[in-house]
Amino acid sequence: MSLQQTATAIAGPRKGAGNSFRWQFLTPWLLLLPAFLSLASVSVYPILNGLWLSFTNTSLITQEHDFVGFANYRLLWVDDLFWNAWWHTITFTAVSTLAETLLGLAIALLLFEHFAFRGVVRAAMLVPWAMPTVVTSKMFGWLFDGQHGLINYLLKSAGIISENVNWLGSVDNALWTIIFADVWKTTPFMALLLLAGLHTIPKSLIEAARMDGARSLATFWYVRLPMLLPTLLIAGLFRALDAFRVFDLVYVLTGGGPADSTETLSTLNYKTLFSTLQFGYGSAISTAMFITEAMIALGFCIFLYERLRRQK
Amino acid sequence: MIYAYSPLRRFGLYIGALLALIWSGGPFLWQLSSSFQLDRELTTGSPKFWPSPFTIEHYINLVVEKSFQEYIYNSIIVASLTTLFGLFVGSLAAFSLSRLDIRGKFGVLGIILSISMFPQIAIVGPLYLLASDLGLLDTYASLVITYLALGLPLVTWVLFGYFETLPREIDEAARMDGCSTLGLLFRIILPISLPSLVTTGLLAFIAAWNEFMFALAFTSSIEHQTVPVGIANFTNLYYVPWGDIAAASVVVTVPLIVLVLVFQKHIIEGLTQGGVKE
Repeated sequence: MSLQQTATAIAGPRKGAGNSFRWQFLTPWLLLLPAFLSLASVSVYPILNGLWLSFTNTSLITQEHDFVGFANYRLLWVDDLFWNAWWHTITFTAVSTLAETLLGLAIALLLFEHFAFRGVVRAAMLVPWAMPTVVTSKMFGWLFDGQHGLINYLLKSAGIISENVNWLGSVDNALWTIIFADVWKTTPFMALLLLAGLHTIPKSLIEAARMDGARSLATFWYVRLPMLLPTLLIAGLFRALDAFRVFDLVYVLTGGGPADSTETLSTLNYKTLFSTLQFGYGSAISTAMFITEAMIALGFCIFLYERLRRQK
Repeated sequence: MIYAYSPLRRFGLYIGALLALIWSGGPFLWQLSSSFQLDRELTTGSPKFWPSPFTIEHYINLVVEKSFQEYIYNSIIVASLTTLFGLFVGSLAAFSLSRLDIRGKFGVLGIILSISMFPQIAIVGPLYLLASDLGLLDTYASLVITYLALGLPLVTWVLFGYFETLPREIDEAARMDGCSTLGLLFRIILPISLPSLVTTGLLAFIAAWNEFMFALAFTSSIEHQTVPVGIANFTNLYYVPWGDIAAASVVVTVPLIVLVLVFQKHIIEGLTQGGVKE
């Protein structure tokens, strides 16, 4: 409470104070109004509208717009393309999140140490993060090009492979190549997040462990890791939710091919909306995605809660 | 603490640092090198790391053949407007939440943040229909309005975090001097929050500059398409123009990298503020 407000409260309302009181009550909400309007029209309304659309057969081709109940969801349940994309998305999410967390942790531990040029390494880590994902995609498309790509050349020079590998054009490799590109793009951010987490661990704890004769590995395992675990899990959750929505990389690198082997939920959803113009069915896919995402988040939260409870 | 590492450990550290450096910087350096090489040099089978002969052919192609400057112009307009509106609306909201008596402010903040957790693909269809009804397809407005809402949660959250660190005595002193509520925001709080405004603005700008899916869905002509859409559509009829693509990548990434390096300390702080509990 400001002094003026306190004074008003003690002295009682002045003349016309009723009006100013109403303004005092209204101002905070008036200032929030633009943000609310923006979020309501661009986030809340479309989400609810999408939910409604998922119960209709809306299509921009047939111009139909009728309520069809759960028909879209029944179709979805037996749609092989959907489950194909679902599994790819789950695989992508699990593998890339795990790889990014482990690699990010390794880099964070490295950057926590003191060495010359540490600032340079930390700055270089921001390059993948700042780069547009479309550019990252094209860059990996070139690096992993089946004929003239640098990766094939380097691996051949090192004697690891004897002939060119078709990284993005073969059913067996394409998804893994995309995962690799995603790990490259997002690991640095993970590392910086975990580095910030490491800095919040009191130095005295680690010194105490050292005094007690704990070696580096032991300090890591018994002091740093447990202290870092909440950060690790929260960062992992955010990363997983983000990875689950992967769109740009897949759309630009393979467009979901070859033979649907890299189709993910977002790309399938986008194509259903904007190639076949089935807005009803597409919205049902969105809803299914959202349900899956909510389950992932719930799983993480339960795990985090159990973990924290056990620690106490 | 004493930083006396054993020679072996020191060696390991530098190897690790070198690997991290190559991992983050290497791919882009190759893109940079490719952008200055002739197409026939890029496809010889034994790539050269240093461009020879050195050529700026691809950069000329960008302007002459692809009219790439138009995409850049569109992106600058869209990202700048998004940033300006985002900072304005976001600072009003953050100020209100941080400085005024508002009941359940953490609830409001939580709602704002949780809205950003929805998958974006879920709103692109309905928004497309809405934009179509309003005649906003293939306009800057459709992108700016969308990006504003997508960026707002982060902008509000980071600015809120910064405002919370400013001492309350400032408010009281300003009120004593007869400053109105809006005066407090625009004449006192915002000027001293300049570092945070710059960082937050940069984050919003980068997000808008890099966004692809909505730009792909909402725009259909070079008059309004942004850089990511332009690059994604870069294909020649008979071959993939890797050199041109590399040049375009360099053009759109280098300014971002420079900005990010200049402001790196603030950016890291701003980005990690939400993810780490003190």
